[in-house]
Amino acid sequence: MMEFNFAGCWALFVKEVKRFYSVAVQTIFAPVVSTLLYLLVFGQVIDTQIEVFSGLSYSQFLIPGLVMMAILQNAFSNTSSSLIQSKMHGNLTFALLSPISPLEFYLAFIGASVIRGLAVGAGILIVGMYGFGITIDSPAWVLLFAVLSAAMMGGLGMLAGILSDKYDHLAAFQNFIIMPLTFLSGVFYSIHALPGIWQTVSHFNPFFYMVDGFRYGFFAQSDVTALMSLWVTSGFLILISSINLILLNKGVKIRK
Amino acid sequence: MSSAVQFQQVAKQYGDFEALKGISFEVEEGSFFGLLGPNGAGKSTLINAMSGLLVPSSGSIKVHGHDVVQDYRKTRRLLGLVPQELISDPFFNIRQLLELQSGYFGIKGKSQKLWIDELLERLALADKAESITNELSGGMKRRVLIAMALVHKPQVLVLDEPTAGVDVDLRHTLWEFAKELHQKGHTIILTTHYLDEAEALCEKVAIMQRGEVKALDTTDELLSSHPFRYVRVSVDEESAPLNDQLQSRLVESDASGYLFKLEKDMGMSDMLGMIHQSGISVKDIRSRDASLEEVFMELTGAAQG
Repeated sequence: MMEFNFAGCWALFVKEVKRFYSVAVQTIFAPVVSTLLYLLVFGQVIDTQIEVFSGLSYSQFLIPGLVMMAILQNAFSNTSSSLIQSKMHGNLTFALLSPISPLEFYLAFIGASVIRGLAVGAGILIVGMYGFGITIDSPAWVLLFAVLSAAMMGGLGMLAGILSDKYDHLAAFQNFIIMPLTFLSGVFYSIHALPGIWQTVSHFNPFFYMVDGFRYGFFAQSDVTALMSLWVTSGFLILISSINLILLNKGVKIRK
Repeated sequence: MSSAVQFQQVAKQYGDFEALKGISFEVEEGSFFGLLGPNGAGKSTLINAMSGLLVPSSGSIKVHGHDVVQDYRKTRRLLGLVPQELISDPFFNIRQLLELQSGYFGIKGKSQKLWIDELLERLALADKAESITNELSGGMKRRVLIAMALVHKPQVLVLDEPTAGVDVDLRHTLWEFAKELHQKGHTIILTTHYLDEAEALCEKVAIMQRGEVKALDTTDELLSSHPFRYVRVSVDEESAPLNDQLQSRLVESDASGYLFKLEKDMGMSDMLGMIHQSGISVKDIRSRDASLEEVFMELTGAAQG
């Protein structure tokens, strides 16, 4: 029977949560505030001019997208920055010397990234609910997409952390891959507002399905079917997890 | 006696560079074993392969009969490694680090808290327990690494150059602690550049060079099998120059005299005869067997040439 070191996995998960919580101003409150600035700027300026989905103000349309964007970016940051810092300071050695398996290592890191993503997302959502009267059509659907998407981005962050040898590599990953894909995922607009070719291109962006599926949980309206978004998001989560587990099992760039 | 660690044809390659060239030897359970060699000999590579920090290209390593790749959970519970590089963690204090490390091994409870307290006390870290490692000196960081390696009470303790850059006081504390663990039955594997330490502590020694084991024997046997002994001749300030016979045996000289290397089968009377012929004015003569450092230099120096 396959052994699972639950205690070890839990300890590493707790360590990762405590790590980001110990600098909560930087890891939770700052992203909440900076994301709300988008809401302030875009929401207030454009609110009266655009109606993306029927019966919704632009601010109301925007909020789920911003929540998901924050979840994605912070889940990514948590694993990637923790891993590269651990590599730089050398303290990754402590976990590598312990009887924690690659799967347990992966689950602990991803679990912590989901917690951070949800914490930041919840901060923005609370403002959206109380400040802009946004309601949730299906809380279970919203939670499901939030967890799956955060886990996928946590996995992508781990991949970036494993492959990066220095902060510069990680910054390139973040600025040239994560940021463009996030901004072009339909956070600020419906893809139906785009010209034909860009609508097609958007369908190749996995982040689009995360944002669209998440938004469906709020309004029961979306650009593509919610089931389609669920399959794409789950598929990417499985793909990224598989790549990570292969790399961790081989010890690529970690066990040299 | 059964073996604590077994290396079988362990090789590690980085591209064209062979860091380990099929290393095979055993470390007996309960022994104090020295792994010596110049920089780049492959000592740390071998230790890291044993601890799971790197994956060997071929061969196998067993700790108490368990393979370090296939059965890594068991071997990592059996091994405690004090790595060569200093490690820091800016987020947690020393006590938290020790508790987290215990958690990775699934160890918790009151007895573990007492063991952590004991480690902090024994390694003179008790007053720094609430400090983060970034605030500590190099010597203190080294103590933390030792505590981290011992937190799960491993059977085999591996010390990779633990006294590099530490003061005399810590060095003394560390060796007393290591000797105590050894007396309790733990196997200790040590790499160090301080060969006098290895000579004093290790029962058996392997000397590595360029990824190979050049010598492997008990420390006593290595010292006694060395073909030379050493004669220290103290001279008056104004002394005659050495003749060719003495010159060929000269190891080093300073203002107070000379150190000569003699074949063991050469009698002291022959040496005295050479000194007499040379006409140097002798104040004192002392003869001694080779030290581990001289054995080491002979083995590794000869191979380099």
